[in-house]
Amino acid sequence: MTKEDIIKEENLVYKKPTLLNDKTMHYCPGCSHGVVHKLIAEVIEEMGLQDKAIGISPVGCAVFAYKYIDIDWQEAAHGRAPAMATAIKRLLPDRLVFTYQGDGDLAAIGTAETIHACNRGENIVVIFINNAIYGMTGGQMAPTTLEGMKTSTCPYGRDVTLNGYHLPITNLIAQLEGARYVTRQSVHTAAAVRNAKKAIRKAFENAMEPVKKGASFVEIVSTCNSGWKMSPEDANKWMTENMFKAYPIGDLKNN
Amino acid sequence: MSEEVRLMKGNEALAEAAIRCGCDGYFGYPITPQSEVMETLMKLKPWETTGMVVLQAESEVASINMVYAGAGCGKRIMTSTSSPGFSLMQEGVSYIAGADIPALVVNVMRGGPGLGTIQPSQADYFQTVKGGGHGDYKQITLAPNSVQEMADFVGLGFDLAFKYNILCVILADGLIGQMMEKVVLPPYQPRRTEEEIRKQCPWATLGRTPDRDINVITSLELEPEPMERRNIALQAKYALIEKNEVRYDEFMTDDAEYLIMAFGSAARICQKAVEVSRKQGIKVGLLRPITLFPFPYNRIKEHLSHIKGILSVEYNAGQMVEDIRLAVEGKVKVEHFGRTGGIVPTPGEVVDALKNQIIK
Repeated sequence: MTKEDIIKEENLVYKKPTLLNDKTMHYCPGCSHGVVHKLIAEVIEEMGLQDKAIGISPVGCAVFAYKYIDIDWQEAAHGRAPAMATAIKRLLPDRLVFTYQGDGDLAAIGTAETIHACNRGENIVVIFINNAIYGMTGGQMAPTTLEGMKTSTCPYGRDVTLNGYHLPITNLIAQLEGARYVTRQSVHTAAAVRNAKKAIRKAFENAMEPVKKGASFVEIVSTCNSGWKMSPEDANKWMTENMFKAYPIGDLKNN
Repeated sequence: MSEEVRLMKGNEALAEAAIRCGCDGYFGYPITPQSEVMETLMKLKPWETTGMVVLQAESEVASINMVYAGAGCGKRIMTSTSSPGFSLMQEGVSYIAGADIPALVVNVMRGGPGLGTIQPSQADYFQTVKGGGHGDYKQITLAPNSVQEMADFVGLGFDLAFKYNILCVILADGLIGQMMEKVVLPPYQPRRTEEEIRKQCPWATLGRTPDRDINVITSLELEPEPMERRNIALQAKYALIEKNEVRYDEFMTDDAEYLIMAFGSAARICQKAVEVSRKQGIKVGLLRPITLFPFPYNRIKEHLSHIKGILSVEYNAGQMVEDIRLAVEGKVKVEHFGRTGGIVPTPGEVVDALKNQIIK
């Protein structure tokens, strides 16, 4: 059998979504961002929404998300993406409007914007990458950093007397009447990736319903192996052993 | 259709004008002395008539970022606030400048610094004209001196913003926002269709169409060379605005030996002061900048051949006076007279200041 015999349409088992372009990503090897980008591109493509999608990228590692997924984007000031998504969705109600935010962006500086956009029941999607650390600025403590976890601004481990506790903001969001679908997923195994994709698809479908029923919020518990100073494999192990205790995987709300 | 003449507060006239000027969205947060703007909009429910979106945000930080996002879609978007709120908005203001997009912000100034007072002030001149947010940027600044101009400057502000893809600020003082006057409301102008927006703003993020590349609204450039190119382009735009868009108004300046300069409601008081001075035989005229950026430097220079001094009258501790001095380059005497803390000077105080500080 030659290579030509194998490369045929009927043998195709996997294809990169065309919306995900060929630019070299700046993400570190082992980082979860690349997988989540791919899932978003796949779902938009499968739903045929490339002409309707407007993404809002954050300040943080995903600041350049607009370089990799070929849809219209706006790049937000730190934490303000949900306010921006609110305006765009109100002005253009038939578009798919989603934010893509990290934990520092969403759960520290943008807490007010996150909570109020969800509480207003905006028909938007929030994709929340929680890796418990500030990746882009070099591994500082995040609101979601676990107690005892070492970062460059809590080098002896997060001490609750100094820094308080990890913030499970997704649990707070689930309390809000305006939030319709709140889920927590991960992308560390093939099965987890499939579930995360289903969650993203559901969120996007919700946001495309013509009647405003509320915000959809998808947390992806993620690794930052560079910031955590671990190999990708160890980071996945550490995540399942530690992060999942603080941030259990599953739907928190599904209306 | 006959003209629609109404007796209204400046803030109410501004809200009415927004609906009539084809504004697509207003995002605001309540603050005295401009809360009537959003109250009027909510009462008029323009979303049922023109389709204009009106939303009360959770903060001025949120509302300016809503403005940023709406403007990035090529929509005619505005907000209004007062001084402490304008400070909170400076982040978004800087992003709007950096992303080269058009929007309208109204600052109905109150006394500061800090929480200050709810009474009228003009102490945000520096903040508005010299920057306020981070980075090298400018914004077109219109200073209304009547309820009529509060209404008229909404349409003008949007037109200028879209002509140059820039933020336009209507810098009013609390007096203009709160006082009632007769106003001729602008005629209704329909909101642009999405097709018209795509044509006017090919950069707008309305969703990618197969005939174009993706659009991205951003102010980010990590590489220094493209970032400098962006800055050079911005400065070229500001230079063009300085060349084309200077606006001012004059009263009895033809034979003037002295000039009073004032903007906003202070110029109304100074007009009275000119009339009083003229009766006393003092040849004084009033030069009122309507645009604070671009500032009428050249018009001031033209007056230098026949005047002996300029008094800058402001509701602040002396801000515009610095720009007047830049124009004058030490050739004649330039002094400042102002009141702060929300106190508005009387015409008599202005006449006394002219005599004591300029004429002697």
